Amino acid sequence: MSETTMLLDIRGLTVRYGTQGGEVRAVEGLDLSLARGETLGFVGETGAGKTTTALAVMRLVPEPAGRICGGEVIFEGEDLLKKSPRDMRSIRGSKISMIFQDPMTSLDPVKTVGEQIAEMIGLHESVSRREALAKAQAMLETVGIRAERSGDYPHQFSGGMKQRVVIAIALACNPALVIADEPTTALDVTIQAQVLDLMRKLKDRYRTSMILITHDLGVVAETCDKAAIMYAGNIVEYADKASLFARPSHPYTQGLFGSVPDIESDAESLNVISGLTPDPTDLPPGCPFHPRCPRAEGACSTQAPPKVEIEEGHFVRCFLHGSGGRAR
Amino acid sequence: MSEALLEVKGLKKHFETKKGMLHAIDGVDFAIREGETLGLVGESGCGKSTTGRAILRLHEPSSGQVLYRGEDVTRLSPARMKAMRRRMQIVFQDPYSSLNPRLPVAELIAEPLRVNRVYARKPEEAERVAAVMELVGLEARLIDSYPHELDGGRRQRIGIARALSVEPEFVVLDEPVSALDVCIQAQILNLMAELQRKLGLTYLFISHNLSVVKHVSDRIAVMYLGKIVELSDYKSIFVEPLHPYTQALLSAIPTTRPERRKERIILEGDVPSPIEPSPGCRFCGRCRYRRERCAAETPELREVGAGRFVACHYYDALGEKKGN
Repeated sequence: MSETTMLLDIRGLTVRYGTQGGEVRAVEGLDLSLARGETLGFVGETGAGKTTTALAVMRLVPEPAGRICGGEVIFEGEDLLKKSPRDMRSIRGSKISMIFQDPMTSLDPVKTVGEQIAEMIGLHESVSRREALAKAQAMLETVGIRAERSGDYPHQFSGGMKQRVVIAIALACNPALVIADEPTTALDVTIQAQVLDLMRKLKDRYRTSMILITHDLGVVAETCDKAAIMYAGNIVEYADKASLFARPSHPYTQGLFGSVPDIESDAESLNVISGLTPDPTDLPPGCPFHPRCPRAEGACSTQAPPKVEIEEGHFVRCFLHGSGGRAR
Repeated sequence: MSEALLEVKGLKKHFETKKGMLHAIDGVDFAIREGETLGLVGESGCGKSTTGRAILRLHEPSSGQVLYRGEDVTRLSPARMKAMRRRMQIVFQDPYSSLNPRLPVAELIAEPLRVNRVYARKPEEAERVAAVMELVGLEARLIDSYPHELDGGRRQRIGIARALSVEPEFVVLDEPVSALDVCIQAQILNLMAELQRKLGLTYLFISHNLSVVKHVSDRIAVMYLGKIVELSDYKSIFVEPLHPYTQALLSAIPTTRPERRKERIILEGDVPSPIEPSPGCRFCGRCRYRRERCAAETPELREVGAGRFVACHYYDALGEKKGN
């Protein structure tokens, strides 16, 4: 695929946080790209750096504790990291918008939902207040909420409905990219199914690209085109969904698959990845996964593993796959 | 087959609210055999946690019986109830808020032993604490650590150690892994299975996550708005769910192999309010098979096959429809 069709191209992104306990290396030299209309599942455990990556794209890493130390975030051909704060403000919400995990806390409790959607429209489009409100009501209908409820406050809605409102705000200005950070984690399964179904439909209708941050491989399987598995600040495996699920190739990805009880499987005992995710202020040298890896060898503890393309578009960062390493 | 260790009969728990009576549990019946795990699943607000707590009288039941080895727990005097709690314990969901942040691990685990005056002498108590820590896989060096110094998995191990320190027979596990990352979740699930084998424990495993419940349970009860809608062994419920709600719930779970799913049912709307619920089947407003009778008459949980219970007037008609 040629460079120009990429909507988002992150190269060598490095983000660190200064803390009393030392410097936290949250994201280390991360590369990631996303084509137009594509949905990417971004998977990893707590602290892997998924949310930090998303915040870096939005230039919302909390400063001064957090710092983007290097790399490029090319969006529609321009480096977002070089934009002025003013330019970023107009990009956020209109071209890139974000859906946060918890709909209970991401809405303003003292404004009606209609006003909150209209606020986003008013910020980015030159429309009157009345027009913005009318458009807000149309957005509510789009996400499956009756327009007459636009005068209601967030507490009058259930969790699933609130998340629909958040989605309406995110999509109000028809952005090219939506970053959804665990959008259904706080919801019950039947409501999660409703919301995922809605997101899929809207994405198809508006041809929006989406980065879906999740820890649930099932959600990836059902919603995404591609998937990136993140561990300790970097992507360890990146592939087409089909290729990843047919052939998970990084030992961490394999461990992750083994440790999730799947409704379709009858395994008696879960395969456990031993140990804990490493302390981000003190990452192990070499491959950060090597202390927990069942297949670690000499080189793993000293050298950073190379990124290897094991089949077209399927990348693994591990010595097991070529460049002087062992065969699979 | 072993005898029932615990039998719950017609259990109800209603809470008074400004808007009217909230029917958190509205007549729940089930039995748990010695040594088995009964999984209790349902979505937020269905009453599953209230059921777990009402069994232990952490919420005083409004009516109904809880028979433990034939003895009605709900009628015990406070002193006898306290003694009974040594046999019935609970592990809570959130290992962040269920542990006193000002106590070190040793004190946290010793606390239930002291409350129940299990040991008269300190050395015996210390010995028991060390033994329990080993049992749940907590490293001995952590004995003086405080909860905030430990990760979620270790904190949950403390919660389990506290419950097991007094050597109970029956443990209510209330969403014990929901707050944990998947890898840690797997470690804790495996630990609980191992402890059950070693100590012959009986579990009531409460969770909203059907995949987890399937993994740990011998039998599964599905709750909806204060009532059990289906109860059966863990396999049948997945192979052939009888209640329309169970069918929808199963089809909503994201799976890593979506191509194997027969049908995806997306339920409309939300769970209705449990305050002054309308008569009839609680699920009928969202059910795609509803008929007139459903809104008028509450279906009772009845046995429809060996060990299979369902509360639906028309479950057999649904089966026929599928067969055609």
